[in-house]
Amino acid sequence: MTASPFSNTGRWIVWGAFVMALFVAPLLFSSSLSVSMLSQIGVAIVACLSYNMLLGQGGMLSFGHSVYSGLASFVAVHAMLGIADGSFPIPVSLIPLVAGFAGAAFAVVLGYVTTKKAGTPFAMITLGLGELVFAMSLMVPEFFGGEGGVSANRVVGKPFLGITYGPQIQVYYLLAIYTVVCTAAMFAFTRTPLGRMLNAVRDNPERVEFVGYSTQRVRYVSFIIAGFFAGISGGMYALNFEIATAEVVGALRSGGYLLFTFLGGATFFFGPIIGGVLMVLAAVLLSEITKAWQLYLGLVFLFMVMYAPGGIASLVMLNLRVAMHRKLGRLSASYAMLAATGLVMLAGFAALIELVYQLQLGSQQSTKLRFFGLVLDTHSPTSWLGALAVVAVGFAAFEWVRRRFAVLWGQVQGEIEAEAAFKQPNEVPRGTYDSRREGDAAQAAVAGTP
Amino acid sequence: MSTPAAVELKDLRKSFGKTEIIRGTNLVVAPGERVAIIGPNGAGKSTLFNLISGRFGATSGEILLHGKRIDGLLPYEINRLGLARSFQITNIFPRLSVFENLRCGLLWSMGYRYAFWKFLANLKDANARASELLHMIRLDSKRDTLAMNLTYAEQRALEIGITIAGGAGVILLDEPTAGMSKSETTRFIELIREVTAGKTLLTVEHDMGVVFGLADKIAVLVYGEVIAFDTPDAVRANPRVQEAYLGAQTQDSLHADRAAPSPIPPSAREQPVPPGPRSAQG
Repeated sequence: MTASPFSNTGRWIVWGAFVMALFVAPLLFSSSLSVSMLSQIGVAIVACLSYNMLLGQGGMLSFGHSVYSGLASFVAVHAMLGIADGSFPIPVSLIPLVAGFAGAAFAVVLGYVTTKKAGTPFAMITLGLGELVFAMSLMVPEFFGGEGGVSANRVVGKPFLGITYGPQIQVYYLLAIYTVVCTAAMFAFTRTPLGRMLNAVRDNPERVEFVGYSTQRVRYVSFIIAGFFAGISGGMYALNFEIATAEVVGALRSGGYLLFTFLGGATFFFGPIIGGVLMVLAAVLLSEITKAWQLYLGLVFLFMVMYAPGGIASLVMLNLRVAMHRKLGRLSASYAMLAATGLVMLAGFAALIELVYQLQLGSQQSTKLRFFGLVLDTHSPTSWLGALAVVAVGFAAFEWVRRRFAVLWGQVQGEIEAEAAFKQPNEVPRGTYDSRREGDAAQAAVAGTP
Repeated sequence: MSTPAAVELKDLRKSFGKTEIIRGTNLVVAPGERVAIIGPNGAGKSTLFNLISGRFGATSGEILLHGKRIDGLLPYEINRLGLARSFQITNIFPRLSVFENLRCGLLWSMGYRYAFWKFLANLKDANARASELLHMIRLDSKRDTLAMNLTYAEQRALEIGITIAGGAGVILLDEPTAGMSKSETTRFIELIREVTAGKTLLTVEHDMGVVFGLADKIAVLVYGEVIAFDTPDAVRANPRVQEAYLGAQTQDSLHADRAAPSPIPPSAREQPVPPGPRSAQG
């Protein structure tokens, strides 16, 4: 506790692995699509982490976080235009930083209103502000460029050490550096007086008022800092795509931040990193596989909220704990069965989704569609009933397996608790700012018990 | 009158709608004094605490802390002036560790405010003070336990720890021993006495054993008015108090007002309470 926060060996390994992964990734996946996706992943990671400062650490459910990343994207594009015409002579590498300060400035103004309230009123105000800014983006074409948005060229100004940011790979490494620095800075924030008081405000705002802190001020300052990092992600976006359109301040993007931060795991610092990766994979790859990708996404989201509300990060941490106690082997058979029955259920759902999609959008051409080697027909009751039957069978089998798994999981956790009671209480992995905090709730969630 | 009273209430009133809960309360608590506020359920004890600590605004009247008016200030402003309170229902940070709970309680008073450019781990004075508090409330072994996983008595101790963490000179404890067993209560009183040594203490308490053991003075609050404010012995002997509050009980079983006939309408207050043995008193 008294040592420097970055001195822990395990933490060095994790951070080293994170930096290495970002450095090596474009060497392993070197196609232009891969490098473009990797760049977007960097942007998404910073965005989701900044969103989680509000959601996971401050208990603030924002529906309008894209306001700050999006407005900053516009500022960044204008700054790039400024570099081009010589009116704003700064190095292109600093564009995300400029956007960061823009994001913070917007948060200073809009956040003042937003953070006056907490809970549901807070959520409503963010929703309203989001709509307001989106509507404004179409009304003020001088700044927002109307329907077409504003575009700029990132290959401007003097090259620095031969770096022009013409090739995508150069942009990727710049974004990777920003990603690492921002991630480290946001992690550091969780270890500061304000970061801790933000957790306290999330846990029990009333008590905070009686230990000398204004909850409003804690939320407000944190909101500005979150706005700063959201702004940086907006600047990274602008540098990557060289364009900002009304979509970047839209509700859909805000919803994406919320959804993927939650999927990744809001209760752990690294959860949103997973969420950011998934966000890009879903938007780029899943959309290649099926046009109905957002339906699948909704399904996954629903499933996670029901069975693992701690997100993927909590699943990882819980299983890591089981593995450290050498009990993962006992669960492996159950996991295999869960996966198998889950896949059956998913196959049934997928067939239904594709049938519906074909009926809605593809019916002009044909009523038939190919699905994993089968030919399904939207006009044939057999196809519909067959798909429904697969779902029903899959669901029944899944529930049967899950209940047995829940019992087994409870046993294993009980044994681990008993073992831990003999040792020091710090056996649990400590890689995150609150890895132990969520243990109980998440365990119960995974086991499917209230 | 050279040193002002630690806490002074002047004709304090509070109404909720048409119901007046606090009806012109006057009270002067000298620095370093330990005052217990007793009274039947619904007498307005907790409301009084909520007024003093700024949780509710007063309808009229004045509240002074060391001679400075604090009515109308917000809870955190009052806290910064040196008044801290605990709550009747445990009010801690459930998802933070015991140590973090205590540290959150003292960060402001040590001047760290909204700092996001300093690492908590490097705040030597704050960490040392939090460890010291941890020891004082006898929770050293639970340092890294989440507050929500503590036993009830441990949570009550943590509640006191958070309250005193900021070093406030005036401490308000709202039923600190509520819901505790007899043996836990005895130990807990020791703890309270220890951690509030040298401070001005106001406490709401139901357990008469606790009241007589802890307080220098007792204020009896009945239907929003202080009907007596004196030493424990004098209060015990006060006929008005006996009539209004202690009436139905013998001295030896003066054990909270749970058994007392509390729902007396205000208009009936002047009438004698149901007859009971009073011979044992005096």
